[in-house]
Amino acid sequence: LVLACVICSPQNYPLYIRSIPAENELKFHYTVHTSLDVVDEKISAMGKALVDQRELYLGLLYPTEDYKVYGYVTNSKVKFVMVVDSSNTALRDNEIRSMFRKLHNSYTDIMCNPFYNPGDRIHSRTFDNMVNSMMMQVC
Amino acid sequence: ITEVCGAKRVGYFGPAQFYIALKLIAAAQSGFPVRIESIKNELPLPQFTALKSDSEARYGTPAELHGVKFQVPHANLEKNSYKRTDEGDKQEPKSPPMSPICSPPASPSTYQRIPLTYGYGKSRSGLEQQHGAPYEVRHTTHQQDGPSSGNYGAKTALACSTLNRSLSAEREQQDSSTHYLDDPWRITEEQRDYYINQFRSLQPDLSSFISGSVAKNFFTKSKLPIPELSHIWELSDVDCDGALTLPEFCAAFHLVVARKNGYQLPETLPETLLPEYLQAASLKPIRDCALFDSYSESLPGSQQARDFSRTEVSSSEEVPDKSALLQDGKKDDKQALKGSITLKTIPKEFQHLTVKTAAQESNAFRARPRSRSYSSTSIEDAMKKGEEPPTPPPRPQKSHSRASSLDLNKIFQQNTQALRSGWLPPPPPALPPRPSASQTEQPSEVELHPQMNRPPSQAEENSSAKKEVVLAQPPSKPARRKLRTETQGLDTPELSPTVNVTSSLPAVKPHLPVQKQSSKQKRAIQTAIRKNKEANAVLARLNSELQQQLK
Repeated sequence: LVLACVICSPQNYPLYIRSIPAENELKFHYTVHTSLDVVDEKISAMGKALVDQRELYLGLLYPTEDYKVYGYVTNSKVKFVMVVDSSNTALRDNEIRSMFRKLHNSYTDIMCNPFYNPGDRIHSRTFDNMVNSMMMQVC
Repeated sequence: ITEVCGAKRVGYFGPAQFYIALKLIAAAQSGFPVRIESIKNELPLPQFTALKSDSEARYGTPAELHGVKFQVPHANLEKNSYKRTDEGDKQEPKSPPMSPICSPPASPSTYQRIPLTYGYGKSRSGLEQQHGAPYEVRHTTHQQDGPSSGNYGAKTALACSTLNRSLSAEREQQDSSTHYLDDPWRITEEQRDYYINQFRSLQPDLSSFISGSVAKNFFTKSKLPIPELSHIWELSDVDCDGALTLPEFCAAFHLVVARKNGYQLPETLPETLLPEYLQAASLKPIRDCALFDSYSESLPGSQQARDFSRTEVSSSEEVPDKSALLQDGKKDDKQALKGSITLKTIPKEFQHLTVKTAAQESNAFRARPRSRSYSSTSIEDAMKKGEEPPTPPPRPQKSHSRASSLDLNKIFQQNTQALRSGWLPPPPPALPPRPSASQTEQPSEVELHPQMNRPPSQAEENSSAKKEVVLAQPPSKPARRKLRTETQGLDTPELSPTVNVTSSLPAVKPHLPVQKQSSKQKRAIQTAIRKNKEANAVLARLNSELQQQLK
């Protein structure tokens, strides 16, 4: 069950935020924000390796909260962060990867749009639909 | 006047008739005889006492619209479209929009009126309209509100006709009144011609692409808000390559026109605007009716499974294009991703051939370009100093890279292979970042595909478009093919995945007669070598810059 999905720019401001349960958004935002630090840490540690789809498996950030935060970084330091409820089968690494891949593909499709300026918030309806379907299907 | 303008003959006031009628009114009021020729004079605005200055300004702009460019109607249209509400609106919203819009951008009100007039004429015999046009205009306007729901179809004809007015006011008769006109997302012939002309103004080669930046500038002139233009782009660029082919461009243009006329943009691309449909449109006129039956504007998302034969026809055109596109995309990225991408693209092609549901179509479209765009994105990201991925510079390559993608490395290898024979293609000289790579890639791989005709022209087109490449095409296609086979033999491991797959695709190509060596070819080769070296140097420099940016 994907709870939240966030895309952050290289400057660490969010380009796109989507949470499934409408409440607790602030909690997710905070979680994602803290996870960005971990992401940066991993990026700097990686050095030459540029393309790595599986960037961040934090496991349980807060054991009591029972969710996991996954991260993904593109070559231009755009970060995708996903918060997943681990009440489902915890071992869904491949699914997470495929979801990130889908996210990345949709993101590049947005980039293809000449009317989109990099760094803007993402308002694309097609992108919203894709993210919704992706998050819903996992539920 | 009604007789002269032809309304009596056709039975209603179509846009052309209406304009002519108004002109004739002005002529009559100015003292000119009421004849067709009077229209050609410079006429002052007709005075309509019954109406406000609407009609004057409205009328004046048609006269000025002759020869007016595309921008003007759009600027005008925008205001009008925002004033417009739903079709079912009653009288009040109609007349107020007229007046505020009146003065300079009077054509919007014209545009607004015309669909009403037109649709009204269509739904009824339009007898009432044939009375003194001036005094009846308002009446008809109000009366239009009732049958306005039938005006949907008129809109497309309207937009087409109003845009065509700059070309010739008298030209249109009821050609625009085609049969399935209730569908606003269907492009009529005049509209199509107009779009094609506009396409030509942006890109002389009709089979090639309009790059994203060019299209952006063009559509920005329509003064629609950027988010809407963005959405239109997303709808129309089905293969998501950042460039518009002719059918994609027509779809985008049509959406812009529809939006300016007040239609809300659909969530998904209507069937009639899909590229395959637009390409196959000329081939299957009969099926359009069937399509129309199944089409329902209230269900934009419910694109029905396409007519299989239609997809076949169009897919036969599309598949090679897409495969070409994909091939290029793969070449852009020189990594192992290519291998996986190629594998993905092949199933997608087949998927493309099958009868598709809307979901499948979108998936097919998405999946195919996705793999390609993904690969190119990585490098583009690097190029952008850590900014978000691709914008214009990468795009031209992607668009034109639908030809083949012969990696520069391969070309260098061939060159170092000591001038095998006279068929080394002169790779395009150095272009800024990736275009060079894709340029060189394009010519050769192009040859791989069954469509030999397109790629060379496209490669040439691309080179001319880039204005930096002097692409000396190899003398003949067999030469290219031979090169290709050599290239395959020369492949280094890093390129092998792509090459293997691509070589497997054009299975028939490999063995062709050796090209005769001629001094001309040798000279071409040497030129190519020189250019390659330049390209190499530029790329090396660029590479170092990018590396620094990455750090």
